[in-house]
Amino acid sequence: MLFKSPIDFWRGASLALCLVIFLPPIGMAQDKPYFVTYSHDLEEPGNLEIETKSAVAQPNGGNPFGATAMELEYGTRAWWTTELYLDSQATGSDSAVFTGWRLENRIRPLMRNHAVNPVFYVEYENISGADKTILEFVGHDGQSDLAAPNATLRRDHQHEAEMKLILSSDVKDWNISENFISEKNLGHAPWEFGYAVGATRPLRGAARGRECTFCAEKFIAGVEAYGGLGDAFALTMRDTSHYIAPLIGWQLPKGLRFSFSPGFGLTSTSLNNVYRVGLAFEFEQIGKWFHSSNGGNL
Amino acid sequence: MIRPSIAIFLIALASAVALGAASSSHWQRVPAKDHARPNPLAGQPQAIDAGVLLYRDHCRQCHQSNAQGDGHKRPSLRSEEIRAASDGDLEWFLRQGDLGHGMPSWSSLPQAQRWQLIAYLRSIQ
Repeated sequence: MLFKSPIDFWRGASLALCLVIFLPPIGMAQDKPYFVTYSHDLEEPGNLEIETKSAVAQPNGGNPFGATAMELEYGTRAWWTTELYLDSQATGSDSAVFTGWRLENRIRPLMRNHAVNPVFYVEYENISGADKTILEFVGHDGQSDLAAPNATLRRDHQHEAEMKLILSSDVKDWNISENFISEKNLGHAPWEFGYAVGATRPLRGAARGRECTFCAEKFIAGVEAYGGLGDAFALTMRDTSHYIAPLIGWQLPKGLRFSFSPGFGLTSTSLNNVYRVGLAFEFEQIGKWFHSSNGGNL
Repeated sequence: MIRPSIAIFLIALASAVALGAASSSHWQRVPAKDHARPNPLAGQPQAIDAGVLLYRDHCRQCHQSNAQGDGHKRPSLRSEEIRAASDGDLEWFLRQGDLGHGMPSWSSLPQAQRWQLIAYLRSIQ
């Protein structure tokens, strides 16, 4: 157990937030504010983005929980991004636990921009059943999976492979993205399927010629929808979760990016509401920290 | 078995194609429609001011504060190649990127911001 109590968890999170806020302004994250959907934007080569994505919800018959995925996203190449997730959660009247890690790679197979840009996503997950970051819904995932006590959920250890086909387009100033998700528990379960679709747009296209915090171009708004599509044994929409979630992203000074999304469950299997908060910070060209000034390029 | 004369012809043909590709301008791949597009914000002081900030946020980390690049893989943006390009060429290239050579696609930036960046690049040539 990483944290002895929820208070310790939030104390740690506050400390991490303070560290980020007081860092010098050396980066400028600018991703879309999606929480579940992926677009074809990859991390710029050599940059490291640290992002936390938190979800707060309460399943019927269960205690409220807050779960956080900390993402370390590195631009290995302009066409290849690799990412490590560290997941944890705190459940009210229960405990706070570290729930595992995930390693993902996103690869753009086409070196130019097209009307629809494909990205291949491959992920390995080593998480426990207590993971509540709910960064995707597949198969027949539902709120009942999140309602049991942590001690029970942690007994289930999951080694999973997840693959996504990401299709994404920039049309004028809009981004429109569609993700097709397949996930396989490497132990004993069938393939599970899911989807995520989203659209975003900055509130203003042209930038102002001065520094500003509350300018319209600093905000990106949109909406995403996501849910499960059953599994290889029961490829049906019955007993699946589906959500629709408005999104807002705000580019803050010092290279910070804040995002927020209230999600609304659309079926009885879904959580009623999921509130998501994200905070991101980008470090520029960390490869240079480990190379001589004339060598250069990771 | 390939006859020597045919082999020589094929080698000569391949060399000519390779030389032609190497000597062709970077911008010859730009579609004519994109090449001809004018920058609607060209020369506007406000656009250049905005371009300064956009350059700092998105371009400086690779192409350096003075836009001279690093002399290796990150090229100078104060070059004859940039001066020879039309505004439409530059906008097309920003939108496309060149992922194989480390240049991200900036299609995620609003189009007006790409034009503002180009207005700034023009101002520093």
